[in-house]
Amino acid sequence: MKARLEEAILPVVVALLIAAVVGDALILSFGQNPGAVYRLLFEGTWGNAYGLGQVLYKTTTLTFTGLAVAVGLRAGLFNIGAESQLAAGGFVAALVGLTLPTGLPSLLTLPVYLVAAAAGGAAVGGVAGVLKAKAGAHEVITTIMLNFIVLALLNYFIVADLKVEGTLHTQPIHAGALPRLSDVAAAFHGSAANLVLLLAVAAALMTWWFLFRTKRGFELRATGLQPGAAEYGGVDVGAVWWRAMALSGALAGIGGLNFVLGYKHYYEDSFGAGAGFLGIAVAIVGRNHPLGVVLAALVFATMSQGGLAVNAMVPKQIFDVLQAVVIIAVAASVPEVRRVLRRTAAA
Amino acid sequence: MSMANQSPSPLAIRLTDIHKSFGPVRANRGASIEVVRGEIHALVGENGAGKSTLMRVLSGMYAPDSGRMEVNGREVTGWSTADAIAAGVGMVHQHFMLVPTLTVAENMMLGRELTRSGQVDVARAARETAELSRTTGLAVRPERKVSDLSVGEAQRVEILKTLYRGATVLILDEPTAVLSPPEIRELWHVLRGMRERGETIVLITHKLGEVMEISDTITVMRQGRTVDRLRTVDTTPGEIARAMVGRDVQLAAQFTAEELERTSPPRTLADAAPLLEVRDLVVDDARGLTAVNGVTFSVHPGEILGIAGVEGNGQTELLEALAGLRRARSGTIHVARTDVTSRPVKERGDLGLSHIPEDRHARGLVLDYSVAENLVLGQQHRFTRGVRLDQQEILANARRQIERFDIRPDDPGLAARALSGGNQQKVVIAREMGRDFQVLLAAQPTRGVDVGAIEFIHARLRDARQAGKAILLVSADLGEILALSNRVAVMYGGRLVTIVPRADATEEVLGPYMTGAAGQPGANAA
Repeated sequence: MKARLEEAILPVVVALLIAAVVGDALILSFGQNPGAVYRLLFEGTWGNAYGLGQVLYKTTTLTFTGLAVAVGLRAGLFNIGAESQLAAGGFVAALVGLTLPTGLPSLLTLPVYLVAAAAGGAAVGGVAGVLKAKAGAHEVITTIMLNFIVLALLNYFIVADLKVEGTLHTQPIHAGALPRLSDVAAAFHGSAANLVLLLAVAAALMTWWFLFRTKRGFELRATGLQPGAAEYGGVDVGAVWWRAMALSGALAGIGGLNFVLGYKHYYEDSFGAGAGFLGIAVAIVGRNHPLGVVLAALVFATMSQGGLAVNAMVPKQIFDVLQAVVIIAVAASVPEVRRVLRRTAAA
Repeated sequence: MSMANQSPSPLAIRLTDIHKSFGPVRANRGASIEVVRGEIHALVGENGAGKSTLMRVLSGMYAPDSGRMEVNGREVTGWSTADAIAAGVGMVHQHFMLVPTLTVAENMMLGRELTRSGQVDVARAARETAELSRTTGLAVRPERKVSDLSVGEAQRVEILKTLYRGATVLILDEPTAVLSPPEIRELWHVLRGMRERGETIVLITHKLGEVMEISDTITVMRQGRTVDRLRTVDTTPGEIARAMVGRDVQLAAQFTAEELERTSPPRTLADAAPLLEVRDLVVDDARGLTAVNGVTFSVHPGEILGIAGVEGNGQTELLEALAGLRRARSGTIHVARTDVTSRPVKERGDLGLSHIPEDRHARGLVLDYSVAENLVLGQQHRFTRGVRLDQQEILANARRQIERFDIRPDDPGLAARALSGGNQQKVVIAREMGRDFQVLLAAQPTRGVDVGAIEFIHARLRDARQAGKAILLVSADLGEILALSNRVAVMYGGRLVTIVPRADATEEVLGPYMTGAAGQPGANAA
């Protein structure tokens, strides 16, 4: 158990250290003092309520998209489509929200929103899953193509029909919008963090429970590890594939609530802004474990917000570079670190 | 004229006190071997004894952690594969390393392509292949595509390829596992010819019959160490087996037909209605070609029906169709008098069909799942509380089965990957035989497991027969088929070409059927 934990965490720690070294070098190359930049980064993120709120907001979306990708990977499927599933979830939730009468209590509307957002994401993910199960179409290809199709379609709906003149977003939703963190604690004023954060934590817990404690989760992981053995064990592998893709899409879709229901209270074209794609990195760095996904989402959210905080000293793109370094380092170091661990265990 | 006289040392190979670990696994811990030039040397030991590791160290694939290596009297410790090939040490692996889409000649020159004015000179490679094929007696046709070759032919290409690169020390890793008896005889003929030309051969094997038949000297390994060196003429199979296992073992070959008769089921059981009935079954392979071509047979309670045959004659597809993993194109399958022809795997399991799959790594186990989880694979719907898996019951089940089937180490939480081959197979056996079942499909049940585990698994199969189960045994090991079966069928070209009672089944009778020389439409009956 201890060895397994080490094996899971060590590559990430090593990756972060590598990123720190690369970060130092980049900061020095701009003639700045790394210590000062990191201090500013900390102050701009965890150091004040606004920054922390922004980090938590970004963490929320990334947790959902990270979980989505992780569930897919656990089933042996590489879902590249979280970006469009996130958008579709937010879009369907907004459509439903615009038709709901105002004044309904949040407790009543929240389940409706959850179902709508999940259905929107699941529909997009499910299409890729069914194409895989029935026609053998590779999910990487179909989810990439679905990104183009779905995002273009949503853009068309907004531009053609739903936009408020002069913008790219819908009318505001009045029914059951969720409170922001600043409504609870005034210090968070101005930050986007909202109660969908709690949904993200709940989703991570439920995903863990589903994957590791239920029969369907057992069958899903077996399919991902060894489809031949799962099939031998009486598992309908095709059904697992399309269900896993639908679940993956549903998780990404619910992530859309963070923006639509928690932050802006309307749907805006391209609100995802790459959070779906970053979910791939979150899942990989989080080692496809729900807890790891939450932690990885925090790290990536901090880097993303931190980039904004230090922009006055160094270009914020430095942190895009560092994100890429972390991803590459984790992806490359996983088998490497495992080998090192084996060697030290033998000695 | 012997080559040995021309050199200061008659030893082709001397490995001394080799240690090699892979993480916690100490594959070699003080292994030594001395091979005289111009002999056939058998390296024997149970699975996991470290034979292949030692030979991979010799062929440069692994660097030893410590120890000393000499080839032809020259110190070569820790050399590379390129060095080894250059010095004439070549290894033919258990799993072929050929490119299926290329021809034999193209495969032969792969890695050291002959060129003529900048272009690859396939014609010359083909000429040289044909020449080498003639001098060695290893018959191959250079222009054929590797994907069209039988397993036996592919192996000949592997051996030729090694010789083509100038190997004078040839290491063969379990070469007979994929061959029919006539092909094995042919291989022995070729190896003896090579010995006469002064070449040195190391044969890795755990089949004692082969050791006695072909080798001059024997090195026995156990648990990573060299435990004995024997001269073949001075020893017996029993003595070798004792050295391999470290205790007395009952060899499968020692079971005689009379003993089989004694352990046979009561007539009443064998006369009862069959538990597995297969009629006119036709099954396609993955490419859509007919793999099983109209097979009809039945297995009665208290009976083991053995299907012998060279691998790749439709056995895999037949078993997959019976287990529900592959669709039958036509024909019917009845399990316990219920038509299951188009039923899914799970329903067949619920009717009492158990299945030991031929490939435990691809099918039989989820290697990254724990032993406890693997012990419920396929039965997971019986270990639930609502949608939740009942972890306590899964653990309790694991404790019971580990105890009953002597799975080591006895840690239910350990990943199946960490177990030895024999214990992995015991996990599969425990899961499939440790529950209520009527019919057992046992495919290669002892492949790659050690002698002790073979003994154990064979005993369990006999127990199950005694308990009135119907067992279909498919094995590439004719000895195993003969040791266990009440009736023996031979599968060739997708058909059961013969079914005979055990008493009439001998290697001589079955051999021609296994190669297609007998029993085929148009072939002369043997």
